[in-house]
Amino acid sequence: MNAQSCPDVLTVMGLNHWFGEGEAQKQVLHGINLTLKPGELVILMGASGSGKTTLLTLAGCLRSVQSGSIRLLGRELAGANEATLVTSRRQLGFIFQAHNLHESLTALENVRMGLEVHGRPAMTDWENKARAMLGELGLGERLNYLPSRLSGGQKQRVAIARALVANPPLIFADEPTAALDKDSGLAVVQLFLQRARSTGTTILMVTHDNRILDLADRIIVMEDGRLKSDTTRHAA
Amino acid sequence: MTASRKPVTARVLTLLLGRLPIGWLQLTHNRTRLIAAVGGVAFANILVFMQLGFFGALLETIRMPYRLLDADIFLTAADANTLTDGSYLPRQRLYEALARPDIEGGHAWYVGKLDWDLAPGQSISLQVFGFDPATRPFRSQELNDQLTALSVPDTALLDMATRTLDKSRFANASLKAPVSLELAGRQLDLIGGFRIGGGFEADGYLIVSDQTFMRLFPARSPGAPNHILLRKAGGTQADQVATDLREVLPAEDTRVETLASAIAKDQSYQTTKRPVGVVFGFGVIIGMLVGIIIVYQVLSTDVADHLKEYATFKAMGYPRRFFLGIVFEEAVLLALLGFVPGLLIATGFYAVVSKATGLPLEMNMMRAGAVLIGTIAACALSGALATRRLNAADPADLF
Ligand SMILES: Nc1ncnc2c1ncn2[C@@H]1O[C@H](COP(=O)(O)OP(=O)(O)OP(=O)(O)O)[C@@H](O)[C@H]1O
Ligand SMILES: [Mg+2]
Repeated sequence: MNAQSCPDVLTVMGLNHWFGEGEAQKQVLHGINLTLKPGELVILMGASGSGKTTLLTLAGCLRSVQSGSIRLLGRELAGANEATLVTSRRQLGFIFQAHNLHESLTALENVRMGLEVHGRPAMTDWENKARAMLGELGLGERLNYLPSRLSGGQKQRVAIARALVANPPLIFADEPTAALDKDSGLAVVQLFLQRARSTGTTILMVTHDNRILDLADRIIVMEDGRLKSDTTRHAA
Repeated sequence: MTASRKPVTARVLTLLLGRLPIGWLQLTHNRTRLIAAVGGVAFANILVFMQLGFFGALLETIRMPYRLLDADIFLTAADANTLTDGSYLPRQRLYEALARPDIEGGHAWYVGKLDWDLAPGQSISLQVFGFDPATRPFRSQELNDQLTALSVPDTALLDMATRTLDKSRFANASLKAPVSLELAGRQLDLIGGFRIGGGFEADGYLIVSDQTFMRLFPARSPGAPNHILLRKAGGTQADQVATDLREVLPAEDTRVETLASAIAKDQSYQTTKRPVGVVFGFGVIIGMLVGIIIVYQVLSTDVADHLKEYATFKAMGYPRRFFLGIVFEEAVLLALLGFVPGLLIATGFYAVVSKATGLPLEMNMMRAGAVLIGTIAACALSGALATRRLNAADPADLF
């Protein structure tokens, strides 16, 4: 809906960011400009410390914008109040390096949390939605397992299910496979991308895995807080 | 395995809250910590209950002697705060009051304290009340009749609830079969009993005639009683009679109270100006502080332990009140889980202390309800404090 009224899902303009105070202050983003089109799968690469996570957390409403502008699904994030940030966060799926599942909730309940945040309408038939989502990610047999009884790959798949279950128009993923071994990591990412692309979701993902690059529409490389290159491989 | 295999509590809470009972699930996830937390709340509850129990017993023991009396107006020395302190009153005030049409009757009340040597090295203290045996000062007609019998000199009535008293020796004392006891070097004949029970001032009570009182306390004189009790005439209001009496009796030596206000002032004096009362009041506050600190510790550790999960929820778009809701849920559950064993154990302790000291420690609904509400409030306050850190931070800074 938002993607319709505003063709650009995400528009970043002149974004700067600093960490620290006074003497220790250090600029980690320098004048970033970036636009994501609906349905694109964009991969963000760059050396460690180049500012990828910082950019993602700013665009994902997880950090306050200090300087510059971020328009996310039609809303300006710079100077936005808490209520706007909360609303915007609900329209994204964010997948972290660590799974960050709640240890006291089963796989099914963790996924339920992705629906509950949207209130009553989203909760109708929640159990079937959550089961179907976990089923698609190959966890149909693990619905009532607590995270402590799941493998690393399974946990990350639950986290992906939680991010996808409410069908967000935009997904940010920050090295979702960093905590997994290479092969199971690849399998998880492939599942995630298949599922997300089948619904036309826009994706911005940080990864170091070259094997995934073939799937991307666009590859952006960062260096020392600046965009170094932006290559479109094939139109979305 | 399906979702419906959840334990009943979690299912009920899910329905009640309209969301997953994350607080409950978190609390029960770590059993050891849950037990420690519930133990802590119960401990704080017991502490508060015990202090309130002693405080209540203090109030009750202050009130008990007054409760025996059939009087509307209470005259006492201007500098007296309790039944036992202050100067004496001129008995003249009694006659001045009796001359008024709004006073129907009255009598003097003599109060003194004696040590009673039960056995060598075992002595208890008795509060001794002296009344004119020709009057009927008590609400109990049986006690009034017994007082009449005290017109025989050197006879007495003993409080059968007196602390450490071997009741079997005195329980059957009567006019026909008096039991003798030695008090202040005098031989007294015990001819009956009544029940008040010891308080914080004395271990028990003894009632004698005014004449016998003067023999026990040779320094005292009938013209100077401790208090004067008055009965108002029919059709008058005690408050009004007291106000009118205040106009005519000299304020420099006489304080005029209704019996009810005399009790209230005595209680308020002893609970706020006397060490015992202040100590118990202070104990209640300490108990509450201990409770708040324990619960705060538990809840803030719990928030710290789940900061990553909470940050994730915050990143997903859950609002502030959601986290406050989780912590309040935990706070209320801890309050309830700690309250039940706290109440049961405290009730048991009341019985033990009551048996050992004779003090009237009793659990009542009012007190239990007040402690429950206080516990929930303290837990909620701790919970609100514990989430401050979470509210202030950007989700990205919490991972
Ligand atoms: N919370 C923070 N406080 C201070 N400095 C930070 C903070 N987070 C990141 N930085 C610094 O900002 C720079 C950019 O960090 P960022 O995490 O965005 O890099 P990255 O590209 O995601 O690196 P990686 O590939 O290692 O994840 C780094 O120099 C890092 O040390
Ligand atoms: Mg990073």
